[in-house]
Amino acid sequence: MTPDLECTALTRRFGDTLAVDDVSFSVPAGSFFSILGPSGCGKTTIMRMIAGFLEPTSGDIAIKGRSVLDVPPNKRPVNMVFQHLALFPMMNIEANIGYGLRRAGMSKGEIARKVDEVLDRIGLPGVGKRKVDELSGGQRQRIAIARCMVLEPDVLLLDEPLGALDLKLRERMKIELKSLQAEFDTTFVYITHDQSEALVMSDHIAVMNKGRFEQVGSGQDLYYRPETPFVASFVGESNRWRGTVERTDGDTVQLRTDTGLTMRAAAKGQAAKGASVDIFVRPEAIRLGRDAADLAQFDNLLSGTTSSLLFNGAASRIIVTSDETGGEVEVTLPQSGEFADLKRGAPVHIGWSAAQANCFSAGED
Amino acid sequence: MAASARLGFILLLMPLLLWLTLLIIIPHVDMALLSLRERVGVGEYETSIANYKTVLTEPLYMRTFMRTAVMSIMATLITLLIAFPVSYYIAKMVRGRARSVLFLLCLIPFWVSELVRTFGWMILLRETGVISQFLQWSGVVSGPVEMLYNDAAIMTGLVYTSMLFMVVPLVTTLDSLDDAVIEAGYDLGGSGWSVMREIVIPHAVPGIVSGCIVVFMLSLGNYLTPTMLGGKDSLWFTEMIYSQFIVRFNWELGAAFGFMLLFASSFIIWAMLRLTGQTLERTMG
Amino acid sequence: MIPTIPTPRALTVIWTSYVVLFFVYLTLPLAVVAVFAFNDSQFPSLPWQGFTLDWFFGKTSPKIGVFHERAILGAISTSAIVGACVAILSVAVGTSNAFLFNRYKFRGRGLLYVLMLLPLVVPGIVLGISILVFSSTVANQLWDAAKIDATFLRPGLALVILGQFSFITTIATLVISARLQKFDTTLEEAALNLGASRLTAVRTITIPFLMPAIVGAAVVAFLMSFENFNTTLMLVGSDAPLTIAMFDRLKEGSTPLLNAVSLLLMLGSSLLALILIAFQKRS
Repeated sequence: MTPDLECTALTRRFGDTLAVDDVSFSVPAGSFFSILGPSGCGKTTIMRMIAGFLEPTSGDIAIKGRSVLDVPPNKRPVNMVFQHLALFPMMNIEANIGYGLRRAGMSKGEIARKVDEVLDRIGLPGVGKRKVDELSGGQRQRIAIARCMVLEPDVLLLDEPLGALDLKLRERMKIELKSLQAEFDTTFVYITHDQSEALVMSDHIAVMNKGRFEQVGSGQDLYYRPETPFVASFVGESNRWRGTVERTDGDTVQLRTDTGLTMRAAAKGQAAKGASVDIFVRPEAIRLGRDAADLAQFDNLLSGTTSSLLFNGAASRIIVTSDETGGEVEVTLPQSGEFADLKRGAPVHIGWSAAQANCFSAGED
Repeated sequence: MAASARLGFILLLMPLLLWLTLLIIIPHVDMALLSLRERVGVGEYETSIANYKTVLTEPLYMRTFMRTAVMSIMATLITLLIAFPVSYYIAKMVRGRARSVLFLLCLIPFWVSELVRTFGWMILLRETGVISQFLQWSGVVSGPVEMLYNDAAIMTGLVYTSMLFMVVPLVTTLDSLDDAVIEAGYDLGGSGWSVMREIVIPHAVPGIVSGCIVVFMLSLGNYLTPTMLGGKDSLWFTEMIYSQFIVRFNWELGAAFGFMLLFASSFIIWAMLRLTGQTLERTMG
Repeated sequence: MIPTIPTPRALTVIWTSYVVLFFVYLTLPLAVVAVFAFNDSQFPSLPWQGFTLDWFFGKTSPKIGVFHERAILGAISTSAIVGACVAILSVAVGTSNAFLFNRYKFRGRGLLYVLMLLPLVVPGIVLGISILVFSSTVANQLWDAAKIDATFLRPGLALVILGQFSFITTIATLVISARLQKFDTTLEEAALNLGASRLTAVRTITIPFLMPAIVGAAVVAFLMSFENFNTTLMLVGSDAPLTIAMFDRLKEGSTPLLNAVSLLLMLGSSLLALILIAFQKRS
């Protein structure tokens, strides 16, 4: 099956800076694809090129197998939900949603019918006569999506549309967006700098940095099997150390961090003896124990002292200082309650498996 | 604390009230009373609407009045038509430094008085003027052409002199239109023309209205441009007010003329606000 | 249409040339006024008779330059005095109005605000005659009742100042209000909290914040007064401000002397504008 959207060797230069550097990807029909990256990584540039507001310096964009490079933005079979939604303040909701249909030359009765239908589908029947500023943030969000969906685009682009909402509403809208996508069964391309938005909603996520895709995969891939140090540090949180390889054993290496910890880790890519490496271990991948014997199954064991308690509800952590070397490790506090009485200064044991410690040869970041 | 706040309030209110009552309200009431007075003998007056009757029945007065109103409306529309593309260009098509420079360039001519601007047009348009000489030199015409002292010259001057008051509010409102809204219009399939008609122009309505109000008012109340560029037969209503007051010393009739001018301008402004659903506070303040 | 949307090249070219033409239209009249100030001829028109500075510095008739022409110099100083008075008065009242409308909620506020805007939509000539009519009524009644001859209520500079003040105040109010609205009132509260009295807080915190707007309003008021014609025409007495004096000369027939005065006016107001911009940038 031809993918709905396919970008090939897409490149865009602004003067001397390379905003998008030879990016290729394809988005299968009906899937939710996210581009995740920090601000300035080039994700907005990609989106604007797909929408037609920027011309690529080189490369190709194909929608349903047909190149759209020569198609102006008002003729492309893609629609966009803008960052601040860009609902037309001079029109009511009905006129906003009907705008594209009027452009397509549809009859008045037909437009009214379609508008009512889409308002029903997004769960806002009867708001057609209201003004844009009479709706709440979440409602406006849905109107902006409906305004595009009535046109039945091949691909819907969403440019960080949740950025302007407050935290609670954002959580709710994530779920709602996902179910709207299932409801309309349309390909969504979503860009965001918020990893949780990308992880919750997407079928596939591309992590982007400095104009290039670092890794494309499912949320689980990115979280459990990062392929680059950038992905390891950008997706989820990690303890991060710089260290040196002391011994290699197949894919597993024995190494020592600059803070003095020794551990076994899974090597991603080249890691020869003596090489300088970055090691990432997630705080939630580390098991906490009262007794070293409880943790015998782990490759890496460490005994230390609780030097700080960082209480934050479900995401509470402690910092453990190694008795032997003084190196520090952040560990997530299990929510089962068995460590609820942990005090500062209390001795603890921690352990983690080598497979959960990702080791990359050290780059500049 | 409450007492001193009250005192402060009264102290701030006084200048406003003095200004508005002594310089705006009472003078206009007094002018209205004067216009309703008829001289029946030396030093003897009666209240009557004779002055207004004179205005309405004397064809010259009425014709001048209508002509002034119509020409002012035309001048307003022409100014809008000329200014809109330029304002759009400044607000939306250029970026950064070039744009502030262009905007400043628009303002510069208006740092000099209307008199100088009108003088410039006289030098350009008159029989011995620059344009006439240029046309002769280039061989388009064989003898001198007089381009001054006609309605086209008045119109040129009126449009020129009001341009700023159209460009500034237009650039300001167009500037406040988010580019993303225009892009959304295209993204949903709009063409240049339909985006202009359904998105840009409706958004610019407050700016269009405030620009039109000011330009219309300035044209209607203009004295200098019609007199200097239109010559003796320019038939502008302000000239009649001037001549009744200063030359003929018939203040009663002059006051009636003044009131008609005020009425005409207020009516058209009111109608404009009404038609577009705007308010004076929103468009001027 | 906007740079991010592909536009046909022809449209861009046509649009740009239109804007260029517009600026030619805008500058042409001023350019000819400036150029003919240097023409060595009795008339500000072609043919070009050679370059001269006589219209600025000439001492002998018929080419008496601006700097030796008493009447024009007198008119300039009259205009300057009127402009300064109008600027001071309208900025003072404008500041007071701005505080009133921004800080107090009272009955009739909306009505007063609309009344405050009205002078902008009353034609200048009507403002002029209404003030002329009213001041004459008062002067006549003073004469009839007490045989006091109130000369300042007869056409003259006092009336010119009042007439210009009556509508320039609205503009000063709008300019100063706009900035006062942006003022964060918690700054004043902080000053009170640190021991300042209400007035001291306003004087030391709010007024300095408003200063760019106050100076801006004063410059605009001065320039508007300097340029005003319609209202002034109806109220002027024997000392004519510059615009009226130039108008009278223009009616008699123009000489390049008027071009020279005009050029000086352009330079003067550009200078003022530049100072204003520099001042706004600094603060």
